[in-house]
Amino acid sequence: MGLTLMEGNEAIGWGAMAAGCNFFAGYPITPATTIYNTMLRLLPPKGGVCLQGEDEIASIGFCLGAAMSGMKTMTATSGPGISLYSEQISFAIGSEIPIVIVDVQRLGPSTGSATKGADGDIQFLQWGNSGGLPVIVLAPVDVKDCYVLTMQAFNLAERYRCPVFLASNKEVSMTHETIDLDRLDPPQIEERRAADANHPFMPFGVNEEQLTPDFLAIGGRCLVRQTSSTHGMDGYITTDPEQIARMQERLDAKLKKSVSAFIYYDEYRVTGADTLVIAYGVTARAAMTAVKKMQHGNAKASLLILKTLWPVPEEFIREKAAPYKRVVMAEMNLGQYVREIQRLLTGKKIDFIGQMNGELIKPGQIQEVIQNG
Amino acid sequence: MDSLLNSSRPSVFCPGCSHEQVLHALDQALTGMGLSGEEVVIVSDIGCSGLFDTFFNTHAFHGLHGRALTYATGIKMARPDLKVIVTMGDGGLGIGGAHVLSTCRRNIDLTLLVLNNFNYGMTGGQCSSTTPQDALVGSGFLNKLEKPLDICQVAAAAGACYVSRASTYDKGLVEGLKKAIAFDGFSLVDIWGICPGRYTRRNKLTPKSIEADMAKLPDLGDYKTRNARAEYGHAYRQEAAKLQQAAEPVRIEATCTSPEQGRREVVVLGSAGQRIITAGELLCLAGASAGCHAAQKSDYPITVMRGHSVSEIILSDIEIEYTGIENPSVVIALAPEGVSRRKKMLTDLSPEALVIKASGIELPISPASVIEIDFKAEKIKPQDWALVALAVLADQNKVLTMDMLKAALKLRFRKAEYETAISMIENTKVRT
Ligand code: SF4
Repeated sequence: MGLTLMEGNEAIGWGAMAAGCNFFAGYPITPATTIYNTMLRLLPPKGGVCLQGEDEIASIGFCLGAAMSGMKTMTATSGPGISLYSEQISFAIGSEIPIVIVDVQRLGPSTGSATKGADGDIQFLQWGNSGGLPVIVLAPVDVKDCYVLTMQAFNLAERYRCPVFLASNKEVSMTHETIDLDRLDPPQIEERRAADANHPFMPFGVNEEQLTPDFLAIGGRCLVRQTSSTHGMDGYITTDPEQIARMQERLDAKLKKSVSAFIYYDEYRVTGADTLVIAYGVTARAAMTAVKKMQHGNAKASLLILKTLWPVPEEFIREKAAPYKRVVMAEMNLGQYVREIQRLLTGKKIDFIGQMNGELIKPGQIQEVIQNG
Repeated sequence: MDSLLNSSRPSVFCPGCSHEQVLHALDQALTGMGLSGEEVVIVSDIGCSGLFDTFFNTHAFHGLHGRALTYATGIKMARPDLKVIVTMGDGGLGIGGAHVLSTCRRNIDLTLLVLNNFNYGMTGGQCSSTTPQDALVGSGFLNKLEKPLDICQVAAAAGACYVSRASTYDKGLVEGLKKAIAFDGFSLVDIWGICPGRYTRRNKLTPKSIEADMAKLPDLGDYKTRNARAEYGHAYRQEAAKLQQAAEPVRIEATCTSPEQGRREVVVLGSAGQRIITAGELLCLAGASAGCHAAQKSDYPITVMRGHSVSEIILSDIEIEYTGIENPSVVIALAPEGVSRRKKMLTDLSPEALVIKASGIELPISPASVIEIDFKAEKIKPQDWALVALAVLADQNKVLTMDMLKAALKLRFRKAEYETAISMIENTKVRT
């Protein structure tokens, strides 16, 4: 018993281990490097593999090969590396390869500021793939989330055979914090569902209702095919519009239809409030301070902290916002997730507070918007 | 078994395409080695050679252009028992050059077959990394300006242990492939061939001319002896077996009592080499040893040995929400580099705040109280200033107690370091 002092990135590493990760590959980049350092310390002595790729493209490529061979894989980078991952991400989406991808966001664009935080990749993570299919993005608020959401990310990657992003931020990942590891609420570990090796195997075979194909690893008794080309259930190229459409629609529905099963969030409800603050990531912490400071004054606000950002939990957000007249959205960029909120909550007044200067949004800034609009 | 080729998926290369011959040679090599489809993974790149995996009854992985070696490496590390064969054209070779070099350097047990036909067949015969400068290709004059690459020389220089040149039309191709596949390490076979669909429409290339051109290439010398070493996967697992498992994260028992309640913010301002970050960590550990939550953020330039070093610490008996510094109760100012980074914060200090500063450091005027330490007069080395400042703070029973500091030192340092640190802080009374 007792508290442990741990950096967010270290907690991501320990969470990955707890989730059964046995393969990591990365390329050094601030502020994600300490995830790689942690995995290098934890994985090889346990018989796992930790590799340093010659670049980000190789690092994620190693993971995709290993994932198809049955490993639970993770890679970690920041904005410049996510950009290089892009084509491989599209591959993992379209070809249903489970992988956890950590984006420790730093201030962009481009090289930007290696040691300054931001949440500038939030739309990019969803839309930075060719084909425009949905992805899962989870956003940790603190060191505890770094641990537990990483575990959830692994579970979701296994369950839906897809890339799952952990959208961290330098301000969460490189902050050392105390964590009570013995009082976490870790999820049950999930494994991808194996196909029956005694039946003829279709690498992308699904029955009527099924959204995620069963898995067999490369190297087993059944021959397994993987391809980045548009494929049918058998994993061979297809040009049949009907098959193609069915596949695309399934990939779209797979996550969108399932999102209600993985809505992670926190909330702080203040009686008598007619404003709801919505925030995610490190900004949620400033928002928590702000709403608590104001809870006994005239201008009260409740807080909704979203930890599942994509697919957008639309119904959930609508329900949570229903009792409020006004919404204040705070995020560390110039207005990204607020676009989703605006699209969902058309009848409400929506005030936005964002900044991109490498500094945290302060509780006072949020209080001011709650107060004055 | 006489063939691993998939009889229901006959190949679809243009008539006369050299890929067709390599396909059969590879099949003969694999079956000749007694390998079954379950034991083999064919990882194919993009382009006409990227169709290879579809013609075989083996495990198959077809990914992005130039990245085939990256997947193959992941597969081989996950499943060392599999035979992993990568097929790639001269296009993949160019775009994935970094991976080719790194795979040579790694010496992981993969076989790379470069199906080298001197142009991009699938997209219309543009120049590739191996197109001769005098060839007529779909890239206008551009190939005149770029020297073609002899991948075998490059691979040998990059540390490959097995490199060979082969003509598609060479009778020894099957045997050559067998040798490459059997090699325990990375093997690269540069297989020259004709692309009648594109290349030989405007260029003359025959099995004979290929043979003649190949003969003109420089010998690869003694690269085999130079590069001989263990296969990457074996070596990796051997090294990993020597490692100790990482210790479980330390749980810090709450054995001390915090002198204050509520949120306390401390900012340590110094320069590189003053162990500012360590001081911040000590404060967090001290807090945890009194059951407090702690958070630490650090700010320093990318260069390691010079410039500012700033550490911001929050201790609190309740969970810490906002991690920014709003109203520091203590500032430790040890170097102008750090001070200049937080000018505004220093001006805004409250009257309750305490500043511990090194003599000679100039601070903006503020209502905070100040304790000055003449470290130089005390002959304390700059790397110990931050620790001594923490001891002075503990002496004031502000933010932490001496017990908390000692508990932190015990958690952070090994015996010898710990004892030096303890003797240093026990002398602080004299100093303030
Ligand atoms: S375009 Fe060239 S390489 Fe491609 S199949 Fe035809 S002949 Fe072969």
